[in-house]
Amino acid sequence: MVDSTMVLKGQTIAYTLYCIVIILLLVWFGLRITKGKSKLIKPAFFYTWMVFLTVLGVSLHIITYNTIPWSPMDLNRGDYVPDKIFKITVEDHKFILPSDKMVINCNDIVLFDVTSNDLTYGFGVFRQDNSMMFQMQVLPGHRNDILWHFNKAGLYTIRSTEYSGPKGTNMIEKDAIEVTGCEELAEQ
Amino acid sequence: MFKPINLTPMQKLTLRFVVVGLIYFGFVVVEGMLMRIYEITPVAFIKQTQFFAIMTAHPLVGIFGSTYSLVCGAFLFLVPFLMKKPLYSFKLANRTFILITAGTFIFWAAGFISHYAPMYTLYWPLPADLSQFNPVGGAIFILGIALVMLGTVFFIINVFGTITYTPPGWDKQPAGALLASAIGYSGAENLFRKKENRKEHLVSLPVAAIARGTVDMTFNTLVILFTGVLILVYMVAAILGFDLKETAIDALLYKNWFWWGLDLIADGLVLIFVAGTWYLLATLITGKPLFMQNIARAALLLELVVSWTVWSHHLLSDQAQPGILKVISGEFVTAFELITQGLAFFITLVTLWSARPLKMTNELKFLLGGLLGFALAVPAGIMQADVGLNRILHNTQWVVGPHVHVAVLIGLTMTLYAAVYLLFPILTNGAKLYSQKLANIHFWCHLVGGIGMGAFMGMAGLQGMLRRSLYVEGEFKIYMILAGICGGLILIGFLAFFLNIVMSVGLQGVIGIFRPSKLDPKVLLPAQ
Repeated sequence: MVDSTMVLKGQTIAYTLYCIVIILLLVWFGLRITKGKSKLIKPAFFYTWMVFLTVLGVSLHIITYNTIPWSPMDLNRGDYVPDKIFKITVEDHKFILPSDKMVINCNDIVLFDVTSNDLTYGFGVFRQDNSMMFQMQVLPGHRNDILWHFNKAGLYTIRSTEYSGPKGTNMIEKDAIEVTGCEELAEQ
Repeated sequence: MFKPINLTPMQKLTLRFVVVGLIYFGFVVVEGMLMRIYEITPVAFIKQTQFFAIMTAHPLVGIFGSTYSLVCGAFLFLVPFLMKKPLYSFKLANRTFILITAGTFIFWAAGFISHYAPMYTLYWPLPADLSQFNPVGGAIFILGIALVMLGTVFFIINVFGTITYTPPGWDKQPAGALLASAIGYSGAENLFRKKENRKEHLVSLPVAAIARGTVDMTFNTLVILFTGVLILVYMVAAILGFDLKETAIDALLYKNWFWWGLDLIADGLVLIFVAGTWYLLATLITGKPLFMQNIARAALLLELVVSWTVWSHHLLSDQAQPGILKVISGEFVTAFELITQGLAFFITLVTLWSARPLKMTNELKFLLGGLLGFALAVPAGIMQADVGLNRILHNTQWVVGPHVHVAVLIGLTMTLYAAVYLLFPILTNGAKLYSQKLANIHFWCHLVGGIGMGAFMGMAGLQGMLRRSLYVEGEFKIYMILAGICGGLILIGFLAFFLNIVMSVGLQGVIGIFRPSKLDPKVLLPAQ
């Protein structure tokens, strides 16, 4: 099952490889530009490059939409019936949770419905190793809801992911979510 | 030997912009290092509120104090230089210099003294929590920003004025046709004409790029000025004892409005100005015309349209934002920036390649650095502008590391350094650079330091480290130490550059730049 850890690993590998290639290309260019003779470049190279960039730019989003499981779920979340709904309020730089620990069964699709009563905050869920599972913005006066499919057991921490002044740094609810019943454990 | 007495008022003014821009860059580097140290371990001599005040002022001092100074100085010189006619108004140019310099100092000092730090970096949140910040400090902060914007308005008038006006004693200039050429209308028309019917461009491509970037600057200035007034209303209300935080302004609508305006800097102005500067540098370094010039003009026009419709990628994590805006504006229009910047990258490299063999001068070296910076930073931005990936990247160190810092420090700043190295002998009437070794130290320290810092911030971001947040239990310490070492390299590079420039013109020379010139302000360069 593809989860955010796997997506981030894939992104790390792809971007690192890209960086190595582009740095080597510029190094090669820098070495060769001081030697050789001037040459006319055919416009065909340019048009090929333009087509390549267009295909690359568009295909990235088509690929991620079809491979990252939360993308279609997020854009069409009205079509899903959640297994559980947690209503959370944020006020005066504090998360007000429905219970001390929000317990989720393995493979549940959960809706987090977060309301801000004053400022703009963030709502992020993090694993024990501090890596992020997902986040959203929490705007006052608007519905802020996110669906998530939990498939790894473990304890998860909630943290505000948007700066709301120095007080916002302390908006952490440690181990506020517990997922039970999965064979696979979340990263520790 | 550098003699400031022989400089024209325009040369002096441009050099003043450069000096001030570099001093503010020094502010940014020192502030950046203070924050790097605090991210490694919260040291006692910096309070947490001070840390966030520095974080609020840091990008604004960098963008307005440093980049705007360098860009305004260079373009106020280059537009008349390339158009071969005097600047529209030297007085306005002088006011731009004074307002940007003073305005930046005022908002920097307001942050430093009052610890005013409400910003989500560049995003001013409304409703605002004024219980954490001093509204008087906030009002002074906004005043500083407003002065910078006023200076920018004068710059905009001067750029379009210079392009279109008729200097005294000249034949009447075709203002409409010049403007059409500058904003790219006539270039776009040429794409649909047969080769033999194509019209000659009245305005050179770098001037067209400056004009188009200035269109974005106009909208951006209006949005920031309006927003500044709006925030000032909140500040004044708070000073008078009224709290407006629960009233009138819709948080989502405001956020859309603000990002639309602010993105005109990041996605329009920067990319267009940078592409224009690449084209100028490539043609001046090679002495050859630009490869695929008509397409380059059309791409600049396309970028202008893209920059007006691209803002929604900042709201991909806002669940109330309509999905259609997220997909069309946030994802697909944003992907066009890969195309427009990719084309500028290709055109510049091919123009250079067509003139082989070239001497590896400082301007060429820094230009290649600038090209590399955007080649690294733009794809990093395109990745985070994806509905799926944004869910795990938004507001992490990934955004500010591989995207923002690499784009600004490597892409933008190295391009500007290339322009400074190229213009230095022109602006100083042939002064020699004091040391090539120092220039090499500057290049390598800045390049390795900037890319390294972005990379280590990005690694921390991919592992969950948020931006604008503090981790007091050492969760990401190793990445912050490595990013701090890279920041140190940037500082060394900057000191090498500053020393090199000061030694090249001498301390007396630096002082002489700020003394008034007795020459005619209409004359750009002294007669040989």
